[in-house]
Amino acid sequence: MSRISLEAIAAGQTLAKQLGLECSAAVLGAASSAGLSEPASSGGSSSFDALRGAGLAKIFAIEHSLLEQYTADGYTIALKQLIAKFAPAYVVFPHTYQVRDYAPALAARFGQALNSDVIAIRFGESGAPGGSPIFVRQLFQGRLNGDYRQSAAANSAGGAPAACFVSIQAGAFRAESLKPESDEAAAQPVPVEAFAVELAAEQIRTRPSAPFRESAREVDLASAQVIVSVGRGIREQENIALVQALADALGAELAASRPICDAGWLPMDRQVGSSGQTVAPKLYVAVGISGAIQHLVGMKGSKTVIAINKDESAPIFEVADYGVVGDLFEIVPELTKAVLTTKG
Amino acid sequence: MKIIVAIKQVPERDAQLKIAPDGQWIDESELGYSTNEPDAYALEEALQLKEKHGGEVVALCAGPARAASALRDALARGADRAIHILDEATSGEGQAQRDTLGLARLLAEAIRGEAPDLVLTGLQSDDLGLGQTGVVLAELLGVPHATLILHVEKMEAGIRVKRELEDGWFQQIEMPLPALLTIQSGGNRLRYATLMGIKKAKGKELRTIEAAALRAAGALGDAGAARAATATLERVYLPERQKRTEMLTGTAAEIAAQLVEKLRTEVRVL
Repeated sequence: MSRISLEAIAAGQTLAKQLGLECSAAVLGAASSAGLSEPASSGGSSSFDALRGAGLAKIFAIEHSLLEQYTADGYTIALKQLIAKFAPAYVVFPHTYQVRDYAPALAARFGQALNSDVIAIRFGESGAPGGSPIFVRQLFQGRLNGDYRQSAAANSAGGAPAACFVSIQAGAFRAESLKPESDEAAAQPVPVEAFAVELAAEQIRTRPSAPFRESAREVDLASAQVIVSVGRGIREQENIALVQALADALGAELAASRPICDAGWLPMDRQVGSSGQTVAPKLYVAVGISGAIQHLVGMKGSKTVIAINKDESAPIFEVADYGVVGDLFEIVPELTKAVLTTKG
Repeated sequence: MKIIVAIKQVPERDAQLKIAPDGQWIDESELGYSTNEPDAYALEEALQLKEKHGGEVVALCAGPARAASALRDALARGADRAIHILDEATSGEGQAQRDTLGLARLLAEAIRGEAPDLVLTGLQSDDLGLGQTGVVLAELLGVPHATLILHVEKMEAGIRVKRELEDGWFQQIEMPLPALLTIQSGGNRLRYATLMGIKKAKGKELRTIEAAALRAAGALGDAGAARAATATLERVYLPERQKRTEMLTGTAAEIAAQLVEKLRTEVRVL
């Protein structure tokens, strides 16, 4: 079970606990129930082991041959049936590329928009009608935060409150919080319930192929101890040599934010971010990188971050341990010189 | 192929943002605006498809009066004509600009009348970053969609598209037309308006429709109570610092010396 899925469940648990609601999970796929009901002690391990003792009311296993491969139509139709039947107050997703592909359509079928890429949930603030939570999102590429709140108790024609759809940013909640509190809790059987969906082949309008990689990954940024990363601030392709010199001096791998790779100045292999590699080196030096959300998500786990940027309000400084507001064209060559001098 | 490209005008990338006194939104009074960059990639893909297969590229934008400049820029880059859904409620604290469903409904109403083969949008906007308008639009139009698309290939019947997945993976998807795609950045190099393009643009059609008229005419659906469950934006603010950042100052040489000291003694990579 992917880490980000566990984090979404942790977010759901937080909501449920604060609002006094039950929290359940739904898993889609063709064979999601494999190993489902086996107690941990039997030695069988399934993707649900991570959820033992997590206090979920139910885990719905939605199985259908047409769900074997992900399609927006398949997932939207299947989840619509689940949500229509159980009428949850909140539907929580991990903010993955897959969720971005179908969750907005699913929410729209219930007349809702998706509250996407939420970084935090707050409770108990004055003026909150009926104790509704505040969902925090990032705006303007991370320069500002925004508080989102439901405006009133929602009631659809049938009287049951309409669902609020939320997707959670990677790293916003901790998967560790799901760890069972005791060995007994860990040995609990997983409360799985199969949910049958009606799905016909002609409802699926797209034909996806199996995922592939373009070429063998030549650079493994994930194993680099030190990374020097370059962003738009470098202005021209030939200026990258300046940053390469710093990387060489530090014995570091060179990486880049997406726009540098989009422009073809560095290969996609060197991209750090949600579409590229996620890294957590000992040291990450961000040169001329503003710190857009898609980039931060790929490097905020770095042990130490040094950021050099001429804009003091650049979001990169929020994840930096050491920051320099200045001209990289002056600072980087001086830094390279100083490093080489120290190394002798 | 008739392609509609839905674009959005957003505050310029490097704009210094000021929060409005009531804290509900930013102060837009001195901001410069430009076309949302992911939408520029959508327009580029549309123009390349037209160059290969013929047809027409129509730029569409819902926004206040200033949004017309984004449409003129699209025309200058090569779009054949443009449609501006004029809605002053989409600027300032107008909730309309943050009402994903309302906006998508307006766009859908304008698109339905055009009956395009393909609708392209950018993956997400640089201001709100919700990344949903395209997908919701596909839902309202009742057409299949795919997101994070880098490249579109026209086939005998339908299209084959290259979709980006996380961590360096990709996927091909085949789908029939009409369809909607949200375009990821980097699939192409962007072309920019030339002087010739700007000249030509003056003679191209830019039709303005009042949003109110579209709302009255279309069965734009209720939204009211059902939508109340969606959380709406209440206030904006500077993010609270998660980390205590030590800012280093001085001349470049002094900063370099301080950094080397940190690298040696604290980070321990030297």
